Amino acid sequence: MQVQSMHFKARAGQKLADVRLQKNLKRLSQKFVTARAVAIQEIDFEATRSAAVERRDRAISRLDLYLELFEKNATATGASVLYAESAAEASELVVQIARRHEAKTVTKSKSMVSEEMALNEALRAAGVEPVETDLGEYILQINNNEAPSHIIAPVIHKDKEEISELFAKVHQKPPLSDISQLTREAREQLRPKFLRADMGVTGGNFVIAETGSVALVTNEGNEGMCTIMPKVHVVVTGIEKVLPTLEDFATIARLLTRSATGQSISNYISLLTGTRVEGEPDGPDHLYFVLVDGGRSSLLGSEFQEMLRCIRCGACMNHCPVYQKIGGHAYGWVYPGPMGSVLTPAYRGLENTLDLPQAATLCGECHVVCPVKIPLPDLLRKLRERQFERHLRPWTERIGLAVWSYVAARPPLYRLTTRIGSRVLRLMSNRRGLIRSLPLVKGWSATRDMPAPASGTFSQRYARWQSDRAATRSETN
Amino acid sequence: MSAPELTENTRIAVFVTCLVDLMRPEIGFATLALLERAGCEVVVPPDQTCCGQPAFNAGDRASAHRLAERVLALLEPYDFVVIPSGSCAGMIKVHYVELFSDDPTLRRRMADLAPRVYELTDFLVKVMKVNEVPGRSQGTITYHDSCSGLRELGIQEQPRRLLKMIPGLKIEEMRDSRACCGFGGTFSLKYGEVSSAIADEKISQVQATGAQAVVLGDLGCMLHLEGRLRRLGDDKTQVLHIAQVLAGELEGS
Repeated sequence: MQVQSMHFKARAGQKLADVRLQKNLKRLSQKFVTARAVAIQEIDFEATRSAAVERRDRAISRLDLYLELFEKNATATGASVLYAESAAEASELVVQIARRHEAKTVTKSKSMVSEEMALNEALRAAGVEPVETDLGEYILQINNNEAPSHIIAPVIHKDKEEISELFAKVHQKPPLSDISQLTREAREQLRPKFLRADMGVTGGNFVIAETGSVALVTNEGNEGMCTIMPKVHVVVTGIEKVLPTLEDFATIARLLTRSATGQSISNYISLLTGTRVEGEPDGPDHLYFVLVDGGRSSLLGSEFQEMLRCIRCGACMNHCPVYQKIGGHAYGWVYPGPMGSVLTPAYRGLENTLDLPQAATLCGECHVVCPVKIPLPDLLRKLRERQFERHLRPWTERIGLAVWSYVAARPPLYRLTTRIGSRVLRLMSNRRGLIRSLPLVKGWSATRDMPAPASGTFSQRYARWQSDRAATRSETN
Repeated sequence: MSAPELTENTRIAVFVTCLVDLMRPEIGFATLALLERAGCEVVVPPDQTCCGQPAFNAGDRASAHRLAERVLALLEPYDFVVIPSGSCAGMIKVHYVELFSDDPTLRRRMADLAPRVYELTDFLVKVMKVNEVPGRSQGTITYHDSCSGLRELGIQEQPRRLLKMIPGLKIEEMRDSRACCGFGGTFSLKYGEVSSAIADEKISQVQATGAQAVVLGDLGCMLHLEGRLRRLGDDKTQVLHIAQVLAGELEGS
């Protein structure tokens, strides 16, 4: 997927002006935030979080070892494990697999890594039809291959009415108003494609080193149709998604669904191991794992390594005041919200994503809700430091900071400046004590007034107050 | 860890913060009035400017470091440092330690100072252990939890406990009082539209309570919410710092 993050500001403005989107985004906080708050009460959330951090860190600190172990065990079950340095290379590998097995139709279960890879485009270019079978992803695909706006609820930006219109147009059927009817219609559309698919592609929430399995956490049952029916199953996932043991997965799974949708457990959790062997009723004849680096290894050993713990639950975006207002598309790449604002610069270059580390209030709620305690605000701040070091921010900002810190380090000059500033601001204010327009900081005054300062700075008044007090004291003595 | 006792020899430094200095000196004086009730020496160390948070959050670590070193030297001679702002207190108490991570001497000095740095309401409750406050009001207020104080310092129960000491004052909790108001420092300038859109959520929660004032503990959020309220044509809802209310500056009483 092409990175569009440079258009953040313009897109954010459009999203704010989109009344329908604003209404749809409100549902997000009502639904996921409330459900999560209830679900985390069911377990000792803090203790589970700490355990998950420890388990994820153990895997990541010896990633090479666990990847090798995974490869060995997966290979022993008949799977092939392939590594791709870049997302593009990963796409190429999947296309080659499709060619090798002469696949014409590929059913896909939801995978954000495949979005990184722009896999659908690559498959189409190779003459293979990719079919998204997750309901949300299916809706987006039939809507001109629209990009997902959320990592677990890709179509959260749309309401039922929009989807109803879209179905009527694309399916050439009368419009439906009931969600279960809409779902049934999508199912009817997808059923023949499931039946004729030659290959299924899924993501992998995790791969398990000790068994060589893939763990898939889903709600719709489409994943089973993608992995059991076709002869070929390809798992695409990031190299950081390896867990040493099934115990590790058990811990993480407790947090994942609760943090994501507020479910105690998702409708389906599948652990798939190996190809079909003699006597087994189902399972693929060929199983491939395409493990994608795509920038992940650059985080290893860096100050951003903690980001690799991410289990892709989406809680950080669900709770982000900025995401709640602008949705996912404004962020301009696969991963939106706080986690995306750390990942996108890391995977696609800081110079292409200048707004992302800045477009956060650093309110800290993402860190509070993160099931694996990723210090997202600290990481965003560190990215800002990298931007500053590399002179990637506008020169006006740099000059502003330089002047301000020069003055702030010189108290007499600072006092003079604030006295003048206080007076100027008061002169600019109206009778109600409000400044309507600040020519140098339009970013503020375009949407807000600035309350005028009180008369006299604190330092001026404190000096007077002290001398008055000394005078009173000497009088009373 | 129990806080040390206050005696008449205890010296409390007030770091008033740059925004109080420039915009709302009365909050500084309200803070002094509240602290002087402890019967200790309360001083505003001269030559204080800014804690360096704007530079720190902008990625200008060198400038932030320079200012932090000044503030450390300015404040370390005192027994306690009290700050009428969760975000400046969080900067000094939490982030200075990280900022000095590459300098063992500064880090040690900061580790010594950090436990003595308090946000105002935290200090009033935990160290001064106040049971009464001078403020008097019959009005209705709602309290907004500013982010840094809440999430970096755990300021949540303290301001409410103090507000409840004002006889007759009604506290009407808003929905999502923990949600960010959208200020975010320079975020409010760089992404003004998004910032104001977030403020609108907060404002509608405030208005839904019917309170005459929203009370909070941070100047940035105050100016942001007040500026947005007025731009939206709400001239009625007051935006007050908790120090003002506790010291007795709420109108309509």
